[in-house]
Parts: sequence; structure tokens; C-alpha cells
Amino acid sequence: MSLRHTALDALHRSLGATMTDFAGWDMPLRYGSEREEHLAVRTRAGLFDLSHMGEITVSGPQAGELLDHALVGFISALGVLRARYTMICREDGGILDDLIVYRTAEQEYMVVANASNAQVVLDALTERAAGFDAEVRDDRDAYALLAVQGPEANGILTSVTDADLPGLKYYALLPATVAGRQVWLARTGYTGEDGFEIFCAPADAEHLWQALTEAGADQGLVPCGLSCRDTLRLEAGMPLYGHELSTDLTPFDAGLGRVVRFDKTTNGGEFVGRKALEEAAAQAEVNPPRKLVGLVSEGKRVPRAEYTVVSADGEPIGRITSGSPSPTLGKPIAIAYVDAAHAAPGTAVAVDVRGKHEPVEVVALPFYKRAR
Amino acid sequence: MSNPTHLQYTKEHEWLTAAEDGVSTVGITQHAADALGDIVYVQLPEVGDTVTAGETCGELESTKSVSDLFSPATGEVTEVNQAVIDEPALVNSEPFEGGWLFKVRVEATDEMLDADAYTALTHG
Repeated sequence: MSLRHTALDALHRSLGATMTDFAGWDMPLRYGSEREEHLAVRTRAGLFDLSHMGEITVSGPQAGELLDHALVGFISALGVLRARYTMICREDGGILDDLIVYRTAEQEYMVVANASNAQVVLDALTERAAGFDAEVRDDRDAYALLAVQGPEANGILTSVTDADLPGLKYYALLPATVAGRQVWLARTGYTGEDGFEIFCAPADAEHLWQALTEAGADQGLVPCGLSCRDTLRLEAGMPLYGHELSTDLTPFDAGLGRVVRFDKTTNGGEFVGRKALEEAAAQAEVNPPRKLVGLVSEGKRVPRAEYTVVSADGEPIGRITSGSPSPTLGKPIAIAYVDAAHAAPGTAVAVDVRGKHEPVEVVALPFYKRAR
Repeated sequence: MSNPTHLQYTKEHEWLTAAEDGVSTVGITQHAADALGDIVYVQLPEVGDTVTAGETCGELESTKSVSDLFSPATGEVTEVNQAVIDEPALVNSEPFEGGWLFKVRVEATDEMLDADAYTALTHG
């Protein structure tokens, strides 16, 4: 299958980006040094092309009830122009994907799925819509998505829009005009920084990218690829589907049981996966399964995904789900599932790095939290 | 990028200098350094180790991946570059100069390419 290209493909190539196949999309991995891109987002601002993300519009009189049925969150309780992090699970509680749902109108929601799962989510929502007075529409081709993230993001956006940015809260969105183009402007992101995500028509993507590049030139805005996006989210302790989340795990296994809302008042309180998730919740209460923790290494070798975590005695106690050098901390970090007995912050464990046990310390997530 | 003409290259993207008093210097090419991304850790053979042409003699670890380092030559390691152990980013910034990796008393080499052949390989 040939790779799909975003509306910004030619621009990435003109910027000399190293491209990579990501979930069937040819995406920029990095433009120069991924470490410098990472640090730019932490200290100034970065500009991302996230057009591979999958937008699905759910609309109609029962759109909220459909989403309450199909997802684990209490979506109909979300205010208009607000966003929520949620998940879609199978009947057995396994996670199909993690999602951001934006309520764009009283009877309309935009569900944003991971690129690798967009079709799965679309199919599940379509199937689960049976019997609801609601329409599920594939809008993947209707939107390009840009993100401006970092402490200077607010100032940069202010210079190209009249939108009420001070009034735009974290996890909220607005219909806005940015650099003369109509967009959905959301205060969301995946970097641990303040920032904005801009859903626009693909035909407007290049104009917006150029306008933001010019607006951010004096603030040190740089184009950023998927490589630094991954290290940024890792430092911020945010899960990534296929690493921390999978169909083999429930939200409770992933330490994210709070996204499951058993208190829904629609559909008689029923939703897909409820029974299995109640059991998972009860199990987590009395006998917690492996826990998701942070690991910090004092060495230089990097604990990477799928490496085995071992106890001080050398016994296997878990596995790494994501690992990388942390540009902000200056040392290797990792997220891992470890047995609950070894999950307390401060516990000394080790990681089997290609045959050698490298000592690491368990820490609470996230590794990095911005000052507010 | 241009590959210096005074060096010889392997298909595995290492370079080797002409021997001086029987000793050659080994590094990786700009092409390899760019492909790896920011290098964060290098594991090199130790002085006195014998390395074998075409075989693994160390590791280069970047943000996203771990790659084996192959030796372009067989022989005894006479010196390792402490500067790149302390500052692995040197391999990215100066792959043909300050980012050299180790020196080896050459007994034999792998099949080597000249700069033109290596450039053709990587741009072919």
C-alpha cells in the first residue's frame, strides 16, 4: 500500500525533513536535531503537522447518547466548545483507542482518533450507532491539523488571530479565524506545554503553516517532527497507543480508570464494555495488576520498549512500554508496567539492556510538569 | 554532504584512514550519523581488544534506535576517542573529525570503497 501524504508534504520536503512511515502516512520525523526541536517546545515553541490524526464527526439529536454508549466517558455531559480525553473499549474491556472528543455544537462532536486506529474507531462508532438518531461521518480528509506548542504559543497565536485566547481554557475550543482562514482552534496538545491545535481545511494548511512560521520567527518557533513529539509526551507521562495502551489492557490496567464513567445517566447507564470494566475496577481495588510507573536511569544506556524490568534480585517484574533519552532531564527515562510490589516511587530496580542489568529508580509520573 | 576523498569506506557506513605506522582511525560517515539522529551513547571496544573486520565491535545509541558498530578492519585497538564517549553528539557534528571512534593496528580490512563508490552507494 502506498503511503499517504498530508497537505504539507511538499513543504516538509522543502524544509529538508527526514520522513518516516507512520501508520501508513509519510510523516516528518525531524527537520534537524530532534533534541533541539524538543527543547524548543519546552522553552519557546514548536510547530507540528498532525494531519495524520483521524477526525470523525458524530452529529444528530442523539449524538451525545451514541457516544455515551460507544465510549467509556460521559460525553453528553461535556459542555459545548469543551474537549475531553476518553477511550473506546471492546465488550471485554480491552482498549481499542484513546481519543479526544471535542463538542463542536449542541448536537455535534468531533472525535479525534490515533492515525493507526482511525479506521477501527470509525467502524466501531458506525456499528454502535445502530438504533441511535445520529450520524457518524468520516472526516479524515476534511481536516488538516497543525499544532503550536510551547510557552510562546499563546503569544504567537495572538499575533495572527482575533480569537479570545485568554478566554480559551485548557481542553476547550473555538471556531476562529487564524491568518484569515476559518479553523477550529483548540487549546489541547500532547507535549506537556501550553499550546493550540488548529483543525483547518487541507487547502489552507500551507498558508497557515507559513503564517505561523513568520509569526513565530522572533519567538524562536521551529518546525517539529514526530520524534520530538514522542519524547515530549513521554516526559509528560502521556500514554501512547500501541505502547502503554492496547486491546490486551483495560483502562484500569493502564492506571487510567478515571476515564471510565460508571455514573452515566443516559442509555440506562449501559455502555460497551461496562460489565468487563466493572470487574476490572473491582480487581484493581483489591489486587492491583501491574502498575504503570516511571523509571529514571543514572546511566547512559537507554531502556527501550519491550525490555524486561528486573528486581534488585534479578527477577523479571515487568516490561518497558516506552523509553528514550530525556532532553529535559538529561538522562534516560522510561515508562513501564511493573508488579505492584515494586511500583512505589524510590524503589531500586533494573532494566535488562541487551543482557546487562542497568540500575534504574521507580519514580511517579510525569517526569516533567510545566510551571503554571 | 561530501565524503572526504582521502578516506576509505565500508558498505556499513564506517570510514577508515590510510594507515600511519600501521595504525588507522575508524569512524562513521555523515550519512550514517544523519540517519541515526542525535547520538546519545557510544560503546566502543577497549584498548588492547582485537576487533575483526565486518564484525560487531560496539554500539551507537540514538534517541530512537540502537545500531551495531562494525569494525572495518581486523587488528588490535590502540586508542579510543574518550571525547565521543563523554560527548556522543560529536559523532553527529563532526563525524569525519572530532567524532572519530577508535584507532586500530590494521592486519586486514573488509572490502573497502573509495569516496566516489561510497557516495554512489548512499545516493544511488
